[in-house]
Amino acid sequence: MNKKEVHKALAEIVGEEYVSDSKEDLYIYSRDPGLAEPHEADFVVLPKTVEEVQKIVQLANKERIPVIPAGASLSLSGLTIPYKGGIVIDLRRMDKIIEVNRRSRYVVIEAGVTHGKLKAFLEEQYPDLCHSLPEAPPSATVVGNLMIHGQGHLAQQYGFNSSMVTGLEIVLSSGEICRIGSCALGSYWFSLEPFPIPAGLFLGWFGATGIVTKAGLRLYPKKKLRDVEVFVVEDPNLVPEVIYRVTHTEMAEDITTSAQPYPLMFRDIVMIQIYITGDEEEELEFKRKLIWSSLRDIINSKEGGFMTLAPNMKIAFLERPMSNITRFADVLKGGGFVYCGAIIPIDMFSTALKKLFEIASRNQVTFSHTGRVIGRGHCMMFSFAYPFNREDPESMEKARKAIQESYIATLEIGGIPWKPEPPIQRVLLEKMPRETAELLKRIRSLLDPNGIMNPGNWSV
Amino acid sequence: MSVDLRNVHRCFRCGWCKLPSTFIDYNCPSYVRFHFESYSPGGRLWLIRAWLKKELRWSDRLAEILFSCVGCRNCSENCKMRFKDEVTDWIIAAKSVAIEEGLAPPKVREFLENIAKFGNPWGLPRSQRATWISGVKKYEGDEYLLYLGCESSYLEAGRKVARNVIEVLEAAGISFGILGNEEECDGNEAYMLGEMGLFQELAFKNMKLFQELGVKKVLTISPHAYNAMKKYPARSFEVIHFTQLLYELVKEGKFRFSRMECKVTYHDPCFLGRYNGIYLEPRKILLSIPGLKLVEMKRTRENSFCCGGGSGNFVFDLLHGMESPARVRVREALETGAKVLAIACPICRCMLEDAIKDEGLEEEFEVKDVAEMILDSMKSR
Ligand SMILES: Cc1cc2nc3c(=O)[nH]c(=O)nc-3n(C[C@H](O)[C@H](O)[C@H](O)COP(=O)(O)OP(=O)(O)OC[C@H]3O[C@@H](n4cnc5c(N)ncnc54)[C@H](O)[C@@H]3O)c2cc1C
Ligand code: SF4
Ligand code: SF4
Repeated sequence: MNKKEVHKALAEIVGEEYVSDSKEDLYIYSRDPGLAEPHEADFVVLPKTVEEVQKIVQLANKERIPVIPAGASLSLSGLTIPYKGGIVIDLRRMDKIIEVNRRSRYVVIEAGVTHGKLKAFLEEQYPDLCHSLPEAPPSATVVGNLMIHGQGHLAQQYGFNSSMVTGLEIVLSSGEICRIGSCALGSYWFSLEPFPIPAGLFLGWFGATGIVTKAGLRLYPKKKLRDVEVFVVEDPNLVPEVIYRVTHTEMAEDITTSAQPYPLMFRDIVMIQIYITGDEEEELEFKRKLIWSSLRDIINSKEGGFMTLAPNMKIAFLERPMSNITRFADVLKGGGFVYCGAIIPIDMFSTALKKLFEIASRNQVTFSHTGRVIGRGHCMMFSFAYPFNREDPESMEKARKAIQESYIATLEIGGIPWKPEPPIQRVLLEKMPRETAELLKRIRSLLDPNGIMNPGNWSV
Repeated sequence: MSVDLRNVHRCFRCGWCKLPSTFIDYNCPSYVRFHFESYSPGGRLWLIRAWLKKELRWSDRLAEILFSCVGCRNCSENCKMRFKDEVTDWIIAAKSVAIEEGLAPPKVREFLENIAKFGNPWGLPRSQRATWISGVKKYEGDEYLLYLGCESSYLEAGRKVARNVIEVLEAAGISFGILGNEEECDGNEAYMLGEMGLFQELAFKNMKLFQELGVKKVLTISPHAYNAMKKYPARSFEVIHFTQLLYELVKEGKFRFSRMECKVTYHDPCFLGRYNGIYLEPRKILLSIPGLKLVEMKRTRENSFCCGGGSGNFVFDLLHGMESPARVRVREALETGAKVLAIACPICRCMLEDAIKDEGLEEEFEVKDVAEMILDSMKSR
């Protein structure tokens, strides 16, 4: 088929209005807000149903045209850039919240549902339930987040968001529709287990093995009250111990870390935000007390202490998602930042922070660190974040260099770069034992024999 | 408006701005209609930048992307950056560049040329501006100049609003007069479309006329006129939207309401709400009607979902179709179970009435303006 015929075929599937090869749309879908080089797509399509996705993929597979599933393209690592051209499938018209099972605490959503929409929906209809909300802009999709093993505000209690999946509906590269979990046997979407868990063939693969069209996701009790305490230390070596103690109490909802050079009051300190929740003041007070007493001797030795928060600071910390994180993109008045999210053992916190300072100073860039504890101290996401100015090539180059060095530093300290951009994915594949890389390659070619699914990602 | 388009690169394209503050659903009308990222506020800003940097050439698609922004200001309301207030102005400034370079789509050009030549966007004769209205005296030093605006002069939906407001004002014994065929366009849409020269000319003409007539208070039917006149430089008169005055009259007990069992939802017009912060008055008027139950739509007040009529779209309607903002809004209103969709803007009335017809919902519920609700209650005794 020539391009015109492909266009016609796509228009027959989704309707003329929802397919485009106009240079304006291609411009937008050829890049993301990060620093990856743009690559031009051939088409953008906006399907509404799983059948439409199926037909698009069947067509693409037959014609050997790459397909790139996309949500809001906010990974900042170029994960939806069509490196080999092809059809970008923007899934955000598929935005139905299909079902909530309150007693079994799960929700079933279509691929394009945003975190914002799910949060708002639950607040309105099921105020005692919530999902694990990342600090990404609320326009980011839930499924996009699952496909990169994202983490939200419940990560400390329940782990990576992808481990909260209870079922998946996937369009394979062949166009077949596959269901995984209890939804494969009946109408309930409550659990992936006790099957052998093929969800791992799709989660974390950046769409390189299939397109998720529906997902079941665990919901969790949402308490009526939420508060934050900020523990401050000057010595970053103390951070792992603080986290160990607080996680031991099992009283915190979320534990995050931050360090930044500006404003000056935040320089040379590490802040550990400890969020607590409760249905009643008494419950909050009880949790607060246990957390305080777990840190008593550190406070007594004056090595750390709780910070008194000005009301506006407290509001900023309690905002969900925290818009301050997005606002980092305007630090250089330049519309951008990039971050390397390193998944590291908590023990490596101070080493990672030292690396961040070194990288920032070597490249003369400003920076910010935020981190989030995942599991009861089982690991954490440690971000090395650098702003840049889109109009200033020098600042972009500096940020680009700093981020590359951060990826390397992550590997050096034994961490795993999270949502790595394709060149770093290749570094990872090269660094791992040949057999492991080979296994990934075999899985990929089994699921995508023609190499059409988000090519450039997880390819050896 | 003084914005520097060179700052447009500061947009991160993060997308907070296409949602309301509650995040319940997308709230940028053109994004809702087209669903390509290019039609979202961030996508549009990135394309403006690409165009200004000559990475992209002007095209029909770019024209549609730019001019399908209805200027509803949801993006400025919800962008999280320090430059949030400039977001809508950047889009207007880009329209200005397109206009200056003669690139605006023919429908937009025609719209503006008609305003310039005929004082209304349809190119209808000035002599027809007030022919439909009878029995209303011309302004001659009355307390209020009732400014009807183009929509209330030429569109049937708008005329209904004007008739209702006039009837209420008469019932309350208010001293007012109109300009008749001498009335000139207020210029709001010229401003929103970036035709600043035309806006200034209209502002100047209106101010000159008002000054000559000794006008102290202008009462507008349309929030668009209200918004435009608030921007007139060195304005020597007060501008009041009709809901503000009616609320004062309600408080003064000028109307004798009867009980009216009725479930009503109110649609905030962008130029009253987000632009000028007027949310309470229309609601308070409605709530003062005994028996009336006011139910809110899921997107309301600062988060109101625009009817899609702004920035000239009520005439050239680049957003028409099944997912037009007005049709989406009507479905949302229907979800509340209300029987009446109350409005305070003639353009909203026109857009939403058409949408009700397109949705085949004439039997389910109807659009009424706030003044009409007062009249209904007064008459139902
Ligand atoms: C300011 C900011 C803060 C952030 N904070 C966090 C945070 O706290 N936690 C966090 O986890 N993330 C965070 N992120 C990263 C990211 O934005 C989120 O993870 C977001 O949820 C990703 O969703 P998206 O819709 O942007 O996905 P996209 O970027 O569109 O997609 C991500 C990947 O998944 C693939 N994909 C998308 N949809 C599908 C599908 N249906 N089927 C198969 N593959 C698919 C894409 O091809 C791509 O490879 C942040 C980003 C920003 C800009
Ligand atoms: S206008 Fe503001 S909120 Fe919208 S995409 Fe740009 S930076 Fe983000
Ligand atoms: S002003 Fe309204 S229509 Fe225009 S970009 Fe902003 S939200 Fe969209």
